[in-house]
Amino acid sequence: MRQFLDFEKPVAELEDKIDELRRMSETDGINISEEVARLTEKADRQLRATYAKLTPWQKVQVARHAQRPHTLDYIRTLVTEYTPLAGDRSFAEDNAVVGGLGRFENRPVVVVGTERGDDLDTRLKHNFGMARPEGYRKVRRLVELASRFALPILSFVDTAGAFPGIEAEARGQAEAIARSTDAFLSAPVPILVTVIGEGGSGGAIALGAGDRVFMLEHSIYSVISPEGCASILWRDTTQAAAAAEAMKLTATDLRNFRLIDEIIPEPVGGAHRDPVVTIQAVGRAIATALPGLLALDPAALRAQRREKYLAMSREPAV
Amino acid sequence: MSWLTEYVRPKIRNLLGKREVPDNLWTQCSACNQMIFVKELERTLKVCPYCGHHMRALVNERLNWTFDEGSYTRIDLPKAPVDPLGFRDQKRYTDRLKENRSKTHLDEALVVAHGTITGHRAVVGVMAFEFLAGTMGAALGEGVVAAAKLAVLQQAPLILFTASGGARMQEGMISLMQMPRTTIAVQMVREAGLPYIVVMTDPTTGGVTASFAMLGDIQIAEPNALIGFAGQRVIEQTVRETLPEGFQRAEYLLQHGMLDMVVPRPEMRETLGRLIALLCHLDHPAQETPDPVPLIQAA
Ligand SMILES: [Zn+2]
Repeated sequence: MRQFLDFEKPVAELEDKIDELRRMSETDGINISEEVARLTEKADRQLRATYAKLTPWQKVQVARHAQRPHTLDYIRTLVTEYTPLAGDRSFAEDNAVVGGLGRFENRPVVVVGTERGDDLDTRLKHNFGMARPEGYRKVRRLVELASRFALPILSFVDTAGAFPGIEAEARGQAEAIARSTDAFLSAPVPILVTVIGEGGSGGAIALGAGDRVFMLEHSIYSVISPEGCASILWRDTTQAAAAAEAMKLTATDLRNFRLIDEIIPEPVGGAHRDPVVTIQAVGRAIATALPGLLALDPAALRAQRREKYLAMSREPAV
Repeated sequence: MSWLTEYVRPKIRNLLGKREVPDNLWTQCSACNQMIFVKELERTLKVCPYCGHHMRALVNERLNWTFDEGSYTRIDLPKAPVDPLGFRDQKRYTDRLKENRSKTHLDEALVVAHGTITGHRAVVGVMAFEFLAGTMGAALGEGVVAAAKLAVLQQAPLILFTASGGARMQEGMISLMQMPRTTIAVQMVREAGLPYIVVMTDPTTGGVTASFAMLGDIQIAEPNALIGFAGQRVIEQTVRETLPEGFQRAEYLLQHGMLDMVVPRPEMRETLGRLIALLCHLDHPAQETPDPVPLIQAA
């Protein structure tokens, strides 16, 4: 069952009508092919038009769409021999972070990412993709493992942010995030990051510093959630749409500020309309960028990554 | 304690009542509500002589307390693009910047200086909570990078006093990107084999805590400083529990293994000097004034 967002209503209505016609033709044997074709074309046009001019706030909703492919979907499709690894070796296993070893196009890699879950059970299991310190320490472990064995790292970012809890703070949420970022910036292996949904604040940057950072067309990346920003700066959570607009959190904005490297286009109607096509597009982007990075000497690769980050925010947007 | 605070204070309090006490002579401790003679506070480094509460310090005070008398020089920090997003909430970001600049006489929420601490050379960065709540934007990140470069150039340890309300939301993702950028600054100092010491002051929160503020070789905090990643209100709303006593305070972090020590302000200079000497194989206390040191070139 497809879930529709509020602004997709006109499309939803057309698609309902098409379904209804199809049912009618099955029961009554009426020839409806012409009408269905007309409506399908209309729905398609409507969808195209809607998605061609999504507002930042609408993108926030698309990025958080429950049926959007999540990290484990990417791993299942793009990584063979996937061998999950677990634990931070000091306190616990945190399922908000998934990752391990596997092969990408036959080459051994380390894959890591935040996983939000697809239904109530898996969402609870993965804590809605909000990691605790253990999760970030597991990330760091995997990055160090990749560094030792010269394995490229594929990182998938999809999180509302780090989990804000008492225990998480007690066990050093801030330190865990800082050390994870530190590990990403030290690793002498190629790091390819893809923001596939929501890139939320420090919990995202902990897995986000790479040689190539891709963003899916309708994903978002922000320093605080639009709701959080609205409640602090506007003192009114209903101003989230205005905050989303002001914060410049879309892939296009981030590309213009040169804070990410590349935008990966999504199918018409967003990644949730065609997860397979979306995942394959991400796979192609990674496959295209990887050889160039593998060709670099490890020290040069790391130096280039640091230079890229140091150059950021020194110049105004293009 | 001076005779003045002991004997004159209660009398004045009785005679005048709180509102008529001249602001410039007396101040009230926000922790214990005692009236304190301002001259006395200068002597105690803004630590309440009654309850030991560490009041927030201004940048210049911090520099004076940290460096040996008259030994420090402030450096000009590189400029960063102003208001890259063209941000406006209820107010224009450029207006907020202007207001804060005229109110604080600072360009940004960080000041960097070099000088000596008990005779040992050091580069010191002090975050200004009084400037837009010490939030981290491009200029601050660039300042931390400049401080690290200066430390490497001078082959001196880097000491950062942190104070931050978190991200500079008005700079959006540019603010978030200062987390990796400042982390690289720490790596430069680390790879040059130089000590990096963090002194967390009240409050240090958000992205600053989750980047350079938690990456010190030595982690120090001032007593009772609020230190954390997530805000207390957000945590309460998420977990729907009352927060434990002393949660996210310096002593709590010390107990949870996140700090090396909690150091009262009057002992800070000596502690920093001793740590520098130990980590850099120097005798302590050093006696001589070191040679003049090279300055960083503006980018
Ligand atoms: Zn007091």
